[in-house]
Amino acid sequence: MKTTKEEYAVLCKQALPHSPVAKDCAWAFCVGGAICALGQILLDAYGALGFEKADAGTLTSATLVALSAVATALGWYQKLASKAGAGTLVPITGFANAVVSPAIEFKREGLITGTGAKMFTIAGPVIVYGMLASTVWGVARHFLWG
Amino acid sequence: MQLIRAFVVGGALCVIGQLLLDYTGLTPARILTGFVVAGVALSALGLYGPLADFAGAGATVPLLGFGHLLAQGAVEAVEEKGLLGALTGGFTAAAGGVTASLVCGFLAALFSRSRDQS
Repeated sequence: MKTTKEEYAVLCKQALPHSPVAKDCAWAFCVGGAICALGQILLDAYGALGFEKADAGTLTSATLVALSAVATALGWYQKLASKAGAGTLVPITGFANAVVSPAIEFKREGLITGTGAKMFTIAGPVIVYGMLASTVWGVARHFLWG
Repeated sequence: MQLIRAFVVGGALCVIGQLLLDYTGLTPARILTGFVVAGVALSALGLYGPLADFAGAGATVPLLGFGHLLAQGAVEAVEEKGLLGALTGGFTAAAGGVTASLVCGFLAALFSRSRDQS
């Protein structure tokens, strides 16, 4: 299981086919898979520290979000995203990047109407429709199985 | 082994997102929103729970898992408090991830300068 970053890059390169879509997908698979594997390592670590399953999950999300925020602030996440596409978008780190990136970029428009408002450019719709769907499901559940 | 299952399933879910990006031209915002809503739907249909049991973080780290978390939160709250739970369950379950993102966003804005995106 032990592979260095360089070895991993070589493995990824060997596995990469030449068609652009296949290449995009290979990148998305490797990077997205790696982020999820990191999540699994964190989840197991928090579990081993004695946290309950739900709490370990929340801590894992929070840790991934914090790592993504640091990587975004340093400009690394965007560089990785230009190669990895959905591999960096679909995991929760992509959601964090979508919050942190405009938060930094629009700081020049002020902390309230810049950072505070623009943070929700992508997170807003995600939260609105996520909450809408979960409310519909909760109501349906109440009346169908209540 | 759990780690490999997380890698493969997580990677596969990202490939679905990549295919949507490449073939449909959906914007990232639409894909993220779609994944969360799809996660709620798959969870409601009883399909996402087994995947989460199998793949662990491979199913919970992608945004589909965030939808699953919302749906589970809504169900638990409805069972506990009745109809009111439909309003509180989703956000309660999502609170940790959403608040962490907002706090990190604010701190990152405070401590770094805007850079150009190239």
